Amino acid sequence: MKAVITVLGRDKIGIIYHVTKVLAENKVNVLDISQTILQDYFTMVMIVDIKESSLKFEQLQQKLDETASQMDLSIRIQHQEIFDSMHRL
Amino acid sequence: MFKYENILQTISMIEQQKLDIRTITMGISLTDCADGNGERAREKIYEKIVRKAEHLVETGRLIEREYGIPIIHKRISVTPVSIVAGASDDKDYVAFARTLDRAAAQVGVNFIGGFSALVHKGYTKGDEVLIRSIPQALAETETVCSSVNVGSTKTGINMDAVKQMGRVISETARLTAKKDSIGCAKLVVFANAVEDNPFMAGAFHGVGEPDCVINVGVSGPGVVKRALEECKGAPFDVVAETIKKTAFQVTRVGQLVASEASRRLKVPFGIVDLSLAPTPAVGDSIARILEEMGLEACGAPGTTAALALLNDAVKKGGVMASSHVGGLSGAFIPVSEDEGMIQAAKTGALSLEKLEAMTCVCSVGLDMIAIPGDTSSQTISGIIADEAAIGVINNKTTAVRLIPAVGKKVGDEVNFGGLLGSAPIMSVNAFGCGAFIERGGRIPAPIHSMRN
Repeated sequence: MKAVITVLGRDKIGIIYHVTKVLAENKVNVLDISQTILQDYFTMVMIVDIKESSLKFEQLQQKLDETASQMDLSIRIQHQEIFDSMHRL
Repeated sequence: MFKYENILQTISMIEQQKLDIRTITMGISLTDCADGNGERAREKIYEKIVRKAEHLVETGRLIEREYGIPIIHKRISVTPVSIVAGASDDKDYVAFARTLDRAAAQVGVNFIGGFSALVHKGYTKGDEVLIRSIPQALAETETVCSSVNVGSTKTGINMDAVKQMGRVISETARLTAKKDSIGCAKLVVFANAVEDNPFMAGAFHGVGEPDCVINVGVSGPGVVKRALEECKGAPFDVVAETIKKTAFQVTRVGQLVASEASRRLKVPFGIVDLSLAPTPAVGDSIARILEEMGLEACGAPGTTAALALLNDAVKKGGVMASSHVGGLSGAFIPVSEDEGMIQAAKTGALSLEKLEAMTCVCSVGLDMIAIPGDTSSQTISGIIADEAAIGVINNKTTAVRLIPAVGKKVGDEVNFGGLLGSAPIMSVNAFGCGAFIERGGRIPAPIHSMRN
């Protein structure tokens, strides 16, 4: 099952490290990453596979929420279908 | 893989443009709860609603979390209570409303619709008792919504019901006067009411519906407004195309949420209602979309044409995005629930008469309009009759949800809080229609072979 993680916030050291650490610890496989910095603003979109994850979706979301508040970022994880349904026929 | 800008676009629609699912509404049939003993009927009703909707709110919450799309309301609609309660000998159905209120509180939904009667051709005993009970029922309950269908294209307009509903609205306003006559915000008078409407206050579960069903209402005025900002000065062909594309995207989310809710709750999927539903929040307004098309204020000449285009394009875009479309499906223009409408009404750009014209080309009708508290019941009936006539002749749903705010006059304001919003009191034509309303009887069904 695929999900989309989006990370937005002021650029700083270790954003990718801290986010992927949570993912690796919970057996979430990263399939694709795109990352840019626009006027000091960090934007990352990741496609991940959560089928091996030991956590329920909501628990994983909570872990990412914790990282988000520690790092002062916005981190969102959503099922891929919402993007599929809006942008594909 | 999709493009990353698509992902960011979706997120910006949700975050900045207030894209949301307005409501997941579970329709529950209560026909099998009818009983000669009213007490027993109410027990069955409570038990069935609580059993069917036990997981509704939690399921909605989980879908909201997992897909990252806000689902504002989880609601319930039931079979018109007049049909169910009619089997009992009760002389008053307020107790039925209290039961609905209790069941709604138990499962955690914020509104339950269906304290309703369908009297477009005439009254049954149950209809008579129910309509008489409406003011007290709405005054005593928090979450119960009521609707009465007084006309249809096939049957014409029941003017006895129109006359009575004017009084019922006045009485409801009086009984809830302390709260700005909020009872009237939960009462809709329909012509051509639909059986699968997920939106309150007019939702009820029609008799042609299955035992239990999931209907979803989408929203998204902010998304349409934002899209139109990108085509300033462009011809209407471009405007219509842009709205269609946006409506398609919005509706696809609705379809996804509807199928997911249906799957998880093991309840059949009914319809997605393609309505653009505003809220009082800035950036979530239908009026602002119309203004984006080039009007100085909503209500200016051109407003009806702008709304007609919007309403049609929303349907065209939405229809292909959903397997089953139903409900009211169009743009809503509730004054108190739309920041731009409130402004337009305050500045005098928007009048009751202009709103009436606008209801000819959109769903649904004169909605959430506060009028002076001393407006007579007969005048309210006159407004209902006009609106019903528009619906009946044009083969569309129309509705009236007026709030004659007790003790208030033109220039004052009512404030209901939350999604019901606030509204300036609008002026009503002061000339009387008493003798017209007192006639009673039925206005015959229209002929539709000569459509001029």
